[in-house]
Amino acid sequence: MTTLQTVFAKAKADNRAALVGYLPAGFPTKGGDVAAAAALVEAGCDVIEIGLPYSDPLMDGPTIQDAVHRSLTNGTRIADVMRTVEGVAATGAATLVMTYWNPIDKYGADRFARDLANAGGVGTITPDLTPEESEPWREASAAAGIDTVFLVAPSSTEARIKAVVDCCTGFVYAASLMGVTGARETVNVAAEGLVKRTKAHTDLPVCVGLGVGTGAQAAEVATYADGVIVGSAFIRRILDAPDEAAGRESIGTLARDMARGVRR
Amino acid sequence: MAGNGAYANDPDVHGKFGIFGGRYVPEALIPALDEVAATYEKAKNDAEFLREFDHLLRTYAGRPTTLTDVPRFSEQAGGARIVLKREDLTHTGAHKINNVLGQALLTKRLGKKRVIAETGAGQHGVATATAAALLGLECVIYMGAVDCERQALNVARMKLLGATVVPVKNGSQTLKDAINEAFRDWVTNVDTTHYLFGTVAGPHPFPEIVRDFARIIGVEARRQMLELTGRLPDAVCAAVGGGSNAIGIFHAFIGDQGVQLHGYEAAGHGLESGEHALTLTAGSVGVLHGSRTYVLQDDEGQTIESHSISAGLDYPGVGPEHAWLKDSGRATYHGVTDDQAMAAFSLLARTEGIIPAIESSHALAGALELGRELGPEATILVNLSGRGDKDMGTAMKYFNL
Repeated sequence: MTTLQTVFAKAKADNRAALVGYLPAGFPTKGGDVAAAAALVEAGCDVIEIGLPYSDPLMDGPTIQDAVHRSLTNGTRIADVMRTVEGVAATGAATLVMTYWNPIDKYGADRFARDLANAGGVGTITPDLTPEESEPWREASAAAGIDTVFLVAPSSTEARIKAVVDCCTGFVYAASLMGVTGARETVNVAAEGLVKRTKAHTDLPVCVGLGVGTGAQAAEVATYADGVIVGSAFIRRILDAPDEAAGRESIGTLARDMARGVRR
Repeated sequence: MAGNGAYANDPDVHGKFGIFGGRYVPEALIPALDEVAATYEKAKNDAEFLREFDHLLRTYAGRPTTLTDVPRFSEQAGGARIVLKREDLTHTGAHKINNVLGQALLTKRLGKKRVIAETGAGQHGVATATAAALLGLECVIYMGAVDCERQALNVARMKLLGATVVPVKNGSQTLKDAINEAFRDWVTNVDTTHYLFGTVAGPHPFPEIVRDFARIIGVEARRQMLELTGRLPDAVCAAVGGGSNAIGIFHAFIGDQGVQLHGYEAAGHGLESGEHALTLTAGSVGVLHGSRTYVLQDDEGQTIESHSISAGLDYPGVGPEHAWLKDSGRATYHGVTDDQAMAAFSLLARTEGIIPAIESSHALAGALELGRELGPEATILVNLSGRGDKDMGTAMKYFNL
C-alpha cells in the first residue's frame, strides 16, 4: 500500500509537487469509477481522493454537485465507496476518501475508519469537520492507522491555522479561495500567501485545491505548494464526453498535462 | 433584548445545547461565524443597539402584538380556553420580522452592505427583503424552485421590495437546498455579505441569535397572559419546522415548570406514508446545515426529503435547542397531518374570522386535541405565527374553492 508519507517523500526527492485527483465514487457509473481513477493514476496522479456522495454537499460547486447527484441516483452506498477505494488503492496510488461528516457519524466513526483501512484507504479529507468537533474522528483514525486531513482557508487566522494543522496528519489542504469547488480562469493569489502562512505552523506537506483546472495552473501552484488538487476539471470532461471510454481518455490527457505541470 | 432580560439555557462556548448544536462548516466560514458571534455579543449588551431594535419593533413591526381569545374555536377543544398570540398582525404578517430586524441591524454593525437569506414559505424572504429595503441593504433570496412555484405571491412581494430571488434547482428544490445554496454564496462572498439566517438552526451562533431576536414573542405573551387571565397558561403550543416561532414563544416559559410546552411538526400524509417532516418525532441525531440535531436521514446519513402541505414546515432538520428540549423532556413534540392542519385552518377562519398560516394551523390542530385532554379548566396559549394570505393558493386547491 502506498502511503501519503511515501508519496510526498518521493515527490520531494524528485523536486516536484504531487498531483492529487478527485472523483466521486459511483461516477460516472458504479463500475466505471475505478477505471476512471486508474486513468488518472496512469497519467501521473500520485494521490486519488474518492468522494463519498452526500445529499447536502455544502462546499461543492455545480460540477461536483451534478456528479454526486448522478452517483446517488445510481444507488451508491458506503459499501460501494469502500469497494471503489479498494480498486483504486490496487493501482498503487495513495487513496483517500473525501467526505462530509454526517455519513461517517451515522456509519460510526470507529467502523468507518476500520473499514476504510481494510479497503486500503490511507486517510480522509473532511471539509465540514472543524478542529473543535474532530476529536472522535482523530481518535478513530489513529486507532485504524489512517491519516486525517483538514482544511485551512484564506480567511483563517493564525490561531485557526495552528488549530487546524495540529489536527492534520498526512497533509494540510489549503483552499485556494473563498468559495466552492470548481475550475476557475486563474488560481487565486491568496493561495500562495496561505501556503506560506500554513508552512510557518507545520512541517506537513501543504496541498492546494479549489480552482485548478489546467497544466499551466498546476505548474504555477507547484512552485509554492507540495501538492496540487484537481477535481471539477476532470469531472467536467467526463460529463462532456460522449461515453465512458472517451471520458477516460479525456481526463488522461488533462492529467498528463497537469503531471507535466507539477514537474516544471 | 426587551423584556425579562434573563438568558437562561444559553449554549456553551462551542454553541452546544447539551450534545446538540456546534459548528460543522467549511473552515472558510469559521472567521465569519466568529465575527457574527463577537458582534452580537457586544450588541446584545449595548443599550443603543437594544434601543434601536426596540424602536423598530414598536414603530415598524407593530409590537406588542395582541392576544386574542377565540371562544367559538375553543368549543371544539372540549371547552378549554384557547388564546392566540397574534404574530400574524406584525408588519409582513409573520413572526419572522422580529429576527430580520435584529439581524439587519447586526449587518450594519458588521459593516456589511449585502444580505442573503434562504426561504421556504417565503415569509422569511419577504421579511428579509423588507428589512433590507428599510435599511438600504442589497438583498438576495435563495428559494427552492418548487417553493417558488407554490409561493408565487411571496416571490412577487420579494421582487417588489427590491430583492433578487434565485430559484434553487438542486436536490429536492425546497428549503434545505436553498440553505445549501445560501451557504455556498456566503462562503464565496463573506467579506461583503451577512447570511441572515431565518430559523433557530444552522451553525453557532445562529440558533442563539435567532432565538434571542424571536423571544420577544414569549416575553410579551407571558406578561399579557398574566394580565388577561391572572395566571400563566397550562400549556403553550407552536408549530415547528426549523423552530423559530416555537422557540420564540417557548423561551419565556422554560423556567415555568407548571407550563407544558408542546411543539407540532408536520406529519404530512402520516408517519407510515413516509411523506412527512417529523424530524423530532421520527428523525435521528445527525449533522445538517452546520449543526448537530435531529435529522430525517437514512441509515447512511443521507438526508431524506421531507413533505408538508406547508412550505414553511417542509424541512428535514430542526433547531438544536428543540432537540435539547425534547431530550431533556421539557418540551413535547407531536405530529399533525396535512388534513388535520387544514381542518383547523378552516375552523379558525369560519369561527373567528382569522385566516391563519398553514404552519400555525398545525399548532391550532394540536391545541384542539390538547384542550380535549386537559379539560375545560385549562388555558392554552397558541402562537399564531403568521397569517394565511400567502397560503390561499394551497387552500384554493385543497378546498376546491
